[in-house]
Amino acid sequence: MSVIGARERRVEDRPLLTGAGAFVADLNRPDQLHMRVVRSPLAFGRLLEVDVEDAAVQPGVVAIWTAADLGDLVPIDFRMTRIEGMEPYRQWCLARDYVRYVGDPVAVVFAETAQQAEDAAELVFCDIDEQDPHLDATAEPVAFAPETSPELMSEPAVLQKAVGDVDAAFNGAAHEVAIELRVGRHTGVPLETRGALAVPGEGGGTVTMYGAAKVPHYNRGQIARMLGLPLDAVQLSEGHVGGGFGIRGELYPEDVLVCRAALAFSRPVKWIEDRREHLVAANHSRDQAYRLRAAVDAEGRVLGLDAQFFTDQGAYVRTHGATVSDLSAALLPGPYLIPAYRVRGHVRLTNKTPAGTYRAPGRYESTFARERLMDAIAARLSLDRAEVRQRNLVPESQMPFRRGLDALGTDVVYDSGLFHDLLERLCAHVSWDDLQERLADRRRAGERVGVGLGYFVEKSGLGPDDLVRISVLPEGGIRVVTGAASIGQGIETAMAQICADTLGIGMHGIDVVHGQTALIEKGMGAFATRATVMTGSATKMAADALIDRALDVAATLLQTERESLSYAGGKVHHAASERTLTLSQIAAAWDGGLGAEATFVSDHMTYPYGIHLAQVRVDPATCGVAIERFIVAYDVGRAINPTLVEGQIVGAVAQGIGGALYEEFVYDEAGQPLAASFADYLMPTAQEVPEVETIVREDAPSPINPLGVKGAGEAGINAVGAAIASAVDDALERPGLVQQLPVTPQRLYAWLRE
Amino acid sequence: MKPAAFAYLKPENLAEALRFVADNADDGKLLAGGQSLVPAMNFRLARPETLIDITGLEALQGVEEHADALSIGALTRHATFHKPVSDGALGRLLVKVVGHIAHYPIRQRGTFGGSLSHADPAAEWCLVATTLNATMRLESSGGARDVPASDFFRGSFTTALEPNEILTRITIPKLPDGTGTGFVEFARRKGDFALAMALTALHLEGGAIRSARVGLGGVADRALRMDAIEAALVGQPATPETFATAGQMARDQISPRGDIHGSAEYRRDLAGALLERALAQAAEEARGAAPT
Repeated sequence: MSVIGARERRVEDRPLLTGAGAFVADLNRPDQLHMRVVRSPLAFGRLLEVDVEDAAVQPGVVAIWTAADLGDLVPIDFRMTRIEGMEPYRQWCLARDYVRYVGDPVAVVFAETAQQAEDAAELVFCDIDEQDPHLDATAEPVAFAPETSPELMSEPAVLQKAVGDVDAAFNGAAHEVAIELRVGRHTGVPLETRGALAVPGEGGGTVTMYGAAKVPHYNRGQIARMLGLPLDAVQLSEGHVGGGFGIRGELYPEDVLVCRAALAFSRPVKWIEDRREHLVAANHSRDQAYRLRAAVDAEGRVLGLDAQFFTDQGAYVRTHGATVSDLSAALLPGPYLIPAYRVRGHVRLTNKTPAGTYRAPGRYESTFARERLMDAIAARLSLDRAEVRQRNLVPESQMPFRRGLDALGTDVVYDSGLFHDLLERLCAHVSWDDLQERLADRRRAGERVGVGLGYFVEKSGLGPDDLVRISVLPEGGIRVVTGAASIGQGIETAMAQICADTLGIGMHGIDVVHGQTALIEKGMGAFATRATVMTGSATKMAADALIDRALDVAATLLQTERESLSYAGGKVHHAASERTLTLSQIAAAWDGGLGAEATFVSDHMTYPYGIHLAQVRVDPATCGVAIERFIVAYDVGRAINPTLVEGQIVGAVAQGIGGALYEEFVYDEAGQPLAASFADYLMPTAQEVPEVETIVREDAPSPINPLGVKGAGEAGINAVGAAIASAVDDALERPGLVQQLPVTPQRLYAWLRE
Repeated sequence: MKPAAFAYLKPENLAEALRFVADNADDGKLLAGGQSLVPAMNFRLARPETLIDITGLEALQGVEEHADALSIGALTRHATFHKPVSDGALGRLLVKVVGHIAHYPIRQRGTFGGSLSHADPAAEWCLVATTLNATMRLESSGGARDVPASDFFRGSFTTALEPNEILTRITIPKLPDGTGTGFVEFARRKGDFALAMALTALHLEGGAIRSARVGLGGVADRALRMDAIEAALVGQPATPETFATAGQMARDQISPRGDIHGSAEYRRDLAGALLERALAQAAEEARGAAPT
């Protein structure tokens, strides 16, 4: 009986579907205070004074804090991709000296009710000496804080990576193809906004924060460090989480402030972000500009790639450090050989909301850039777009393929892949040549229809390690405790399937506990499409260790040799005496119970890959784009639960369509955000998202983990922008027309008239 | 994102409502469907001191059909028009239009008169009222007056309503038998405010246009009735060439403002293209409706 690979229903859905979900806003404690953040109304300026006098005397107001009240509270540190010299660009919990974006927290109001806090917050007056904002990351850097740190420029880092001899490649090239591209500023917008409820412990000096997500253990350590508390004094607890997508669950100023306030006032403190705040305060993402130059031989093979890009990191460098730029630089070459490659990635600051990672960070953008380049090469050499890709893909014979670069501190080694095979399968599935002919017929009849491709390599399973502890409950049932987190991706189901499969039992009765710092001492959480690979592998190893332990204990209990025992289906069997002990019987009989743990360690990420195909229809009068068909072909190595994999893909496609056609944070010249509500920040709805066809393959299992699994979290979003751009070009028979995402009607209208 | 504090009044009848409105002329606001007002209050862009909830007023509900006109109670919900409220071209046109108003749940709450009183330049009902020459009945404690659409809409979110008045009823003349209508709009997403929209009504005679109504929405500070285009269409053959000419006239006659969703030039061209389509739609329906 194999549970891995089965289309099991999600075990986490019952409470969510029956109204028993407990999101952070659902949680309340007697006597709780409510926190409201006062945010900068201006994009850039010297913060001269924060006048709290009127606000402080409003009904229900208990306290108001500004930076002056925070003492020596340090800025929020980098969780990932720290680069020397970036420290001065970190964000304080409350702005000091300068405000650097509309939404920058300036003060916090604590009041008896949320309404009182919101009313009082309106009366806090920020005296700001407004200065001209810096809004273009491709422009020359300016001073970060001109009066207080004149030497700090708005370019905290430049990443450089290189492999091979790029100059020689250009010397020997038959063609040189150069393009410039931009990806707009957008981000993950979870249904649930951020929030936190910090509850002080009895006797003071300890605090538990509910509303944790994504990386509870890391955040716990940071909150303890920032507040000068021992690690044990801070616990984080994850409840139901309404979406993560990279932005939710990172450590933000508000998390630190609620914990500090709960300790200071010895009362629970609750903060729930509203949607208007969310769109200016939670991490933005994307917003990159690329300049690519390729050396190409006469057959369309890329000999060398010279790349430069600019990441608009917004006002500060937050927890992700240079992660987005690092991943952009490392994975720009994607599935292609490209023997010589050189990249300069400029991490630049502007006066916009700080940016971090959003599902497929650095890949949504770099795939768009790279695949636009492949289309440009196809157009220049009059090659079919699938053919030019076939000629450049890394062949199976070169797997594992060592790129010669690093990403997130690990060597980029594509662990396995049948890149050509997947493209052939997709082309066969859609009858690529016939499809193009049919679309050409429709174009001749007056329609503007076209098809486009985007090929990508994903990455998943970031280490360094994951711990899983499994215990058998004497009353029956199995408990799997992990430091992973659930942001809606189905981790409870996937871990239960792996545990059940390994133990040879059904899923019923397997309880997966995650996101509780009080129940397990370490955990990496859920990000970077890591959980199924890392936590899943640790779960398998722990379940194997549990069987081992069960055999040992049973041998003692049965007073026999371990070698005479066999394990199957949740039972230890002694053939000679025909005696059988279930796991729960063993647990009940043994002092200290029955349990095991395992840590899976990995130095390398695993690299799944896939292709997006989009077919679109453009209305030349409105410049609106309708998606007629969308296919994702993806090799996940091994699907623990194909339904979950497909669900991940389809949901991510919807988000990818948002970035390709609709979503964009636009600013005016003063740095005021113009898309700061759902009336102007346009998320695609069911009306705009087509049925998504998925072709999930298991042709290239990963050789670097015991399950052979690769991640699925970011597969569906990676190449949406690339494929739609290619399809729009094709529909309008204008190769290279689309140079920027999102492809809005306004933008398309302008390109068609250039 | 919760509103600033406000007082709440719920009148029992129209007379009481009119009294409340007069008493709170400076800082009162009517709550009809609340689909625009309440979000604005939550953003604290609107901060009425007093909210006068007229949703329960029976006198303002429902559609009455008269021989030559529809009389629409101001509190009639958008969703009422999902099915034809009368036989004939006008009832069918309202069905065509209503599906473009926001989303289904909003149409269950938002009201016809609320939309007109709000006077969003991109509101579908404002375009209907303007193009079809509706008459608004405005009542106050002192009496009632009838104001034609051409005088009712004064600009973006601005109407002829005095602070002590309530829009109670809207009368739209019926369209003659044999009229074909067209309505086309383009929005970034289904249900969003239109970047531009066109409403047309054509009456044909022997393949030529005998009478025409043409309106454009979302391209100025209020819906526009395009008299000059109407006049130019009369007597012309109902052909794509004629409609293209009308579309070009529209481009020449409007000067929309740009925003983050579309530049002025884009909206101008868009409105012309949508008008062509709306005219073709109306002509096709008129041909189908014409006695053979």
